[in-house]
Amino acid sequence: MADARVREARSLPQTAAQKPVPPLRPEYLRDVVADGDIGVAQQPLTLWQRLANQSWLRKLTILVVIAVAWEAYARALNNPLLVPTFSATVEALAAGFASGELPQKVANSVILLLKGYGIGLGLAMVLTALAMMSRIGNDLLETLTSGFNPLPAIALLPLALIWFGLGDISIIFVLVHSVLWAVALNTHSGFRSVSTTLRMVGRNYGLKGPRFIAKILIPAAFPSILTGLKIGWAFAWRTLIAAELVFGVSSGKGGLGWYIYENKNMLDIPAVFAGLLTVILIGLIVENLIFRNIEAMTVRRWGMQS
Amino acid sequence: MNAQGGPAPLLQVQGVTLQYRTEKHLVTATYRVSFDVYGADRFVLLGPSGCGKSTLLKAVGGYMAPTEGSMRLKGAPIRGPGADRVFVFQEFDQLLPWKTVKQNVTFALESSRKLSGKAAEMQAMRYIEKVNLAKFADSYPHTLSGGMKQRVAIARALAMEPDVLLMDEPFAALDALTRRRMQEELLELWNGTRFTMLFVTHSIPEAVLLGNRILLMSPHPGQVKGELNSDGGDPVDAASGRKLSERIHEMLFADRIEEQEVVRHG
Repeated sequence: MADARVREARSLPQTAAQKPVPPLRPEYLRDVVADGDIGVAQQPLTLWQRLANQSWLRKLTILVVIAVAWEAYARALNNPLLVPTFSATVEALAAGFASGELPQKVANSVILLLKGYGIGLGLAMVLTALAMMSRIGNDLLETLTSGFNPLPAIALLPLALIWFGLGDISIIFVLVHSVLWAVALNTHSGFRSVSTTLRMVGRNYGLKGPRFIAKILIPAAFPSILTGLKIGWAFAWRTLIAAELVFGVSSGKGGLGWYIYENKNMLDIPAVFAGLLTVILIGLIVENLIFRNIEAMTVRRWGMQS
Repeated sequence: MNAQGGPAPLLQVQGVTLQYRTEKHLVTATYRVSFDVYGADRFVLLGPSGCGKSTLLKAVGGYMAPTEGSMRLKGAPIRGPGADRVFVFQEFDQLLPWKTVKQNVTFALESSRKLSGKAAEMQAMRYIEKVNLAKFADSYPHTLSGGMKQRVAIARALAMEPDVLLMDEPFAALDALTRRRMQEELLELWNGTRFTMLFVTHSIPEAVLLGNRILLMSPHPGQVKGELNSDGGDPVDAASGRKLSERIHEMLFADRIEEQEVVRHG
């Protein structure tokens, strides 16, 4: 039967005969294995693979390597005034924490930072909401961000000191400036990239104005907003330390920047390094504990970011 | 009741011309389109791409105002989007990715202030069960397949119990097998609840299968070519001896031949 069909296919006109013809195969049907009969096909990962999958472990390894390299270099250099060893820095750090001086400075800095960050976020929210609700608000935001975003916040400090005097308010002012534009810019671009379909869905169910922004735009633009929050945080942190280095005694307490500056003046270089290390540690904690967890609970859970 | 004593149309579209502005042109999407949709109709807008059927649906949804003509729902003119006309879009991203299946449905009910709290949740689950997704009520949309996402969108729209369901090629982005099953499920749902729907498609088999009334449109700009009845079985017309789908194909195809001739003579 099959042979006959193959012959039929081969006995096509001459031109066709020279072209390749796929072989004719018999048809078949079979029963598939029932769903429950197939065991779960999976193999446990080895211990090494599981450890290598932990991002915190990989990052810790990097930090350990850096610390070891630092220790080796400082010992070889043998000049504690230029580069103290890692162990001496850790000792200074421990001493600073033990005496309660360093935690106090950290608290001063962080409280100031949170005030500036909070006010900056609030203003950014108002500005972007205005920008989404009216054309003139949009123009206002675009003009202000393009003008002020490139302006380093620290450049406003001398002016702020004239306006507000040597106090927390001056530092909060520059902090707000450093946070506001970065967050507003990212939030606004996030809002504008929300898909037309989602916007139409929101309006279809009767959402307008502030409810539309809160229920559709903010969650839909959350990946961009989160990026803005991170950038704003980094800007604010940098600005704060720099501002404190310049006018740290503003309110008589001083923060981390002032701690670094003061210890440099007293040539206590391990303490300077301890101050710098604290700045870095706080950055790592905020990024890896706070922002990473926010990401895991929001954008990654929603499948908006892998 | 109208003058003839029959039921009054639910949705009346009369002489609607739709225009939108692009960077350089003023485009006329539809020209003086009129039709009436009655309660429990499965009214299909069928035509090739560029005939303005999707634009027309957006206008009925209230997203754009006609430059000419009027659109009335239950006698009242349509002004802006509203929850009495719920959309099901072609795009899978119509579900809010930050909400689970159930939350997506309750969101619609609560945002439109139709129901709230426990009542919204019960209504949501009732319709999620109707589209056979009860097992996935707490899943996030990105974990669902395309067909499941569209079923959620349909459940969300039906849970609103709108006057008319506006469907903009909801199955066009699905694979052929899933599309086929979704069409059958939609008909079953209609059998159960008898909602009114306005369905846009460019697929003749889909129009014949789903519609009880098919509005044929010609392109550039969109104009009405006629309205046909369908019983879903692609019946043979007694007069011409042809199947419904063949007649539709010819009517839509005739345009293209005429266009070619015009080009040749021109």
